[in-house]
Amino acid sequence: MSDDPGHPDGAAPAALSTKFEELPDAPPKRRLRLTRVGKVAVSIVAFWLVVVFIGPWIAPYHEADIVADDSFTEAGTFCSQWEPDECSFHLIGTDYLGRDLLSRIIYGARTTIGISIASTVLAYLIGVTLGIAAAVGGVKLDTGLSRFNDAFISMPNIMLGLVVIAAIGSTIPILIVTAGCIFATVVFRIARALALDVMVSDFVEAARGRGEGLWWVIRKEILPNIAMPLATDFGLRLVFIILFTSSLSFLGLGVQPPHSDWGSMVRENLQGLAYGSLAPIAPAIAIATLTISINLIVDDVSAHAGGRLAKRML
Amino acid sequence: MALLEVDDLRIDAHTELGEVLPIVKGVNFEVARGEVVALIGESGSGKTTIALSALGYTKPGLEFAGGEVRLDGRDVITMPPDDRRMLRGRNVAYLAQSAAATFNPALTIGEQVTESAVLHGLLTQEEANRRAEALYGALELPDPDRLGRRYPHQVSGGQLQRLMAAMALCGRPDLLVLDEPTTALDVTTQIEVLKAFKKVIREQGAAAIYVTHDLSVVAQIADHIVVLYAGEIQEMGAADDVISRPSHDYTRRLMAAVRPPPAAGQGEGGTEAHLRDAPALEARKVNAGYGRRPDGAPAMKVLFDIDMAIERGRVVGVIGESGCGKSTLARVMAGLTPASDGDILLDGARLGPSVGERTRQELRSVQFVYQMADTALNPRQRIDELLGRPIEFFLGLKGEEKRRRLHELLEMVELPPDFAGRYPEELSGGQKQRVNLARALAADPEVLLCDEVTSALDTIVGANVIELLKSLKERTGVSFVFISHDLSTVASFADEIVVLYAGRVVEKGPVDAVLSPPFHPYTRLLISSVPELRVGWMEEMMATSTAQAGIDRVVTITEVGCPFFDRCPLAIEGTCDTEIAPNRPIDGLVSDRHVIECHREVPELMAWSQS
Repeated sequence: MSDDPGHPDGAAPAALSTKFEELPDAPPKRRLRLTRVGKVAVSIVAFWLVVVFIGPWIAPYHEADIVADDSFTEAGTFCSQWEPDECSFHLIGTDYLGRDLLSRIIYGARTTIGISIASTVLAYLIGVTLGIAAAVGGVKLDTGLSRFNDAFISMPNIMLGLVVIAAIGSTIPILIVTAGCIFATVVFRIARALALDVMVSDFVEAARGRGEGLWWVIRKEILPNIAMPLATDFGLRLVFIILFTSSLSFLGLGVQPPHSDWGSMVRENLQGLAYGSLAPIAPAIAIATLTISINLIVDDVSAHAGGRLAKRML
Repeated sequence: MALLEVDDLRIDAHTELGEVLPIVKGVNFEVARGEVVALIGESGSGKTTIALSALGYTKPGLEFAGGEVRLDGRDVITMPPDDRRMLRGRNVAYLAQSAAATFNPALTIGEQVTESAVLHGLLTQEEANRRAEALYGALELPDPDRLGRRYPHQVSGGQLQRLMAAMALCGRPDLLVLDEPTTALDVTTQIEVLKAFKKVIREQGAAAIYVTHDLSVVAQIADHIVVLYAGEIQEMGAADDVISRPSHDYTRRLMAAVRPPPAAGQGEGGTEAHLRDAPALEARKVNAGYGRRPDGAPAMKVLFDIDMAIERGRVVGVIGESGCGKSTLARVMAGLTPASDGDILLDGARLGPSVGERTRQELRSVQFVYQMADTALNPRQRIDELLGRPIEFFLGLKGEEKRRRLHELLEMVELPPDFAGRYPEELSGGQKQRVNLARALAADPEVLLCDEVTSALDTIVGANVIELLKSLKERTGVSFVFISHDLSTVASFADEIVVLYAGRVVEKGPVDAVLSPPFHPYTRLLISSVPELRVGWMEEMMATSTAQAGIDRVVTITEVGCPFFDRCPLAIEGTCDTEIAPNRPIDGLVSDRHVIECHREVPELMAWSQS
């Protein structure tokens, strides 16, 4: 620049010794902070997880033991009518066959949460794999997978579940696979939408322009960017699957006796409502505490990620 | 009494960790009725935060910590929320930076322009419609009586920007708050919008706060200037005084960052010895576009027979307004958008049209630098991953060697080595752009394609990046294609200029040759549209025939005739609109490689250019 006619202060550079730093334009990175409600929710979920792991050792009785010879006994010590020496203590009473309710809820946590987590993991394996495949695999694959998925998603979950289980029987593995496949449809849609969003970003184009392979792009560019919203959805999906398997059990097609499961416990003890028994209420409360807590944690996590995350989920 | 009095205003930010950071640190200024006050500073200086306080508003996470903002004598900070709501839109109106984001695409323009005035009960719908029509006329918008029934996507970007002013002015507010309303616009559109804003503010007798980082824009519109840095006033005074006699260091720094208007004599000169070799990168008869018709041709053609060469170690600037195909040209060169016809040559060897058809060495040689570092850097990768991958991928370096190269790159773009462990969001805009550049350099390329790399940055930050590019060119000998809509930036950095209009090269040659007569009429329009840092420039500029023919028109791509026909003061009816213009080599003193594509003869252009 030999001369600059537009400059009123051509001699200025000497005066420019003062250094003006570039001002940062982003706030410092925020750490996830739970609200008080969120903390309570985390402790409830943690409590149930502990119960899942150490349940059989802390339960007073086995889930299948008929310990009292009367149904729907109240909370407290119960002594047999015929052999008054044989007494047993039940913290929240017994169920319709005289089994200890607390023990059944503790054992039930295992089946209910175990089945749900297994199903959710399966739903995610199928849904995310196919969802990303649809997003990166070109128009034909995308159309094929999406229409196939639409066909399944158009059927009510519970109907689909009933048909499958009525046709091939109800064992725990079948229950897991059925719930996993049904919920994979929703996961597919979310994973596909999120991955499509990332696929069109400049940084993915930069990677592809560099000549990176598809696998690298998926692993390094796409997955890290969709992991957070997917993790949030994992919690929500888990809740839906708990409710789904519980509904199936309630209808008698889920977990079969003598295994205890919160959903089937509500159904089998339904007559107890007439006697004011806790037996149908307690498992319902267990389901409610677990699902609501998971929801509250998800709320906190999404609030942290801002409205942005919520928008992408919808 | 002034209309707005800002008295010892303090605003704090509250971080998640409970820290309190002062953002605005005791600011005092006044805005009189009918006066335009400019708040100027770079991003982070608090200028938008201060401007928004006139509406009694702070962004989430910020809090008023002290002082008063009195509008008509009433403090808007302590005012009850209901009163404040009545104030907004009635006494104060806000114009955001992006009109495209402000307008709801599902509602007609008229509904949105009149909404706030009707909602506040200031006007009935009928009156508001009449008022809106009058405003469209005052803003020199085409077809004012039918404009209200159209939708936002049916008008141009510059028109939408002006419609935002109509929206704000519909309820006859006393004060307008304009937040960088011309920053993202082309120079020609910027003039069109500035002129309309200035006129309508005068006519309506409104006062305005004009927020910007661009001093030359301020010179055109402001009566008073307030210079801000880090939440404090550095200097304030009448526009003329501040611009002609800046008293503070920071103001001088801002002024130094404003590029002088493009003129001959800025080019790097250089020898022509290198011309014996094949150019580093060359485009021959390149055609490209988007979409695909059944016969294989693009559905929407964007580039027409582009010929250009980038000599080794040279910088070729590509300029033109948005929609002229600048980015597409760079994408075609990088193989991101395959050319439908024509060849791209690297060192004289033909390159495959798409990324998949190029070898890794070819990909390494041509690197693309994206405009927005925000979207071009994966937010989930640390800087060392972002830069390390291309080092490993293209150069095969690992472990200690890779680390050394990484530090070398960071040093090259003037970032401290400890940035390697940071994520992109922990950097400022300018720092991110440096990382973006470093990533392209990591491949050790022959040619760097820079797509508007300074357009999203503040004046000072942008000037720093240009300085960096210059030093990189010295150090590495890389050739550059430098795309920008800002002619003064291009002129200060490039050796050669290619002027693109509606997908055609209308003029090309060494910087000095392109910036001195004879001009292509479009080049002249671009040159004369760059705002000069002096009061009264805009009025002089608008009086010229170039401006009257060319400003306030949109780029239209045509396959017949010269696309500039409808904006050209020299257009020949019957010739320019039907025949493709011939290439006219200019045998000037500067170089014999200067070419203008025009129907007019060179002597005619020469005479006109000097008039």
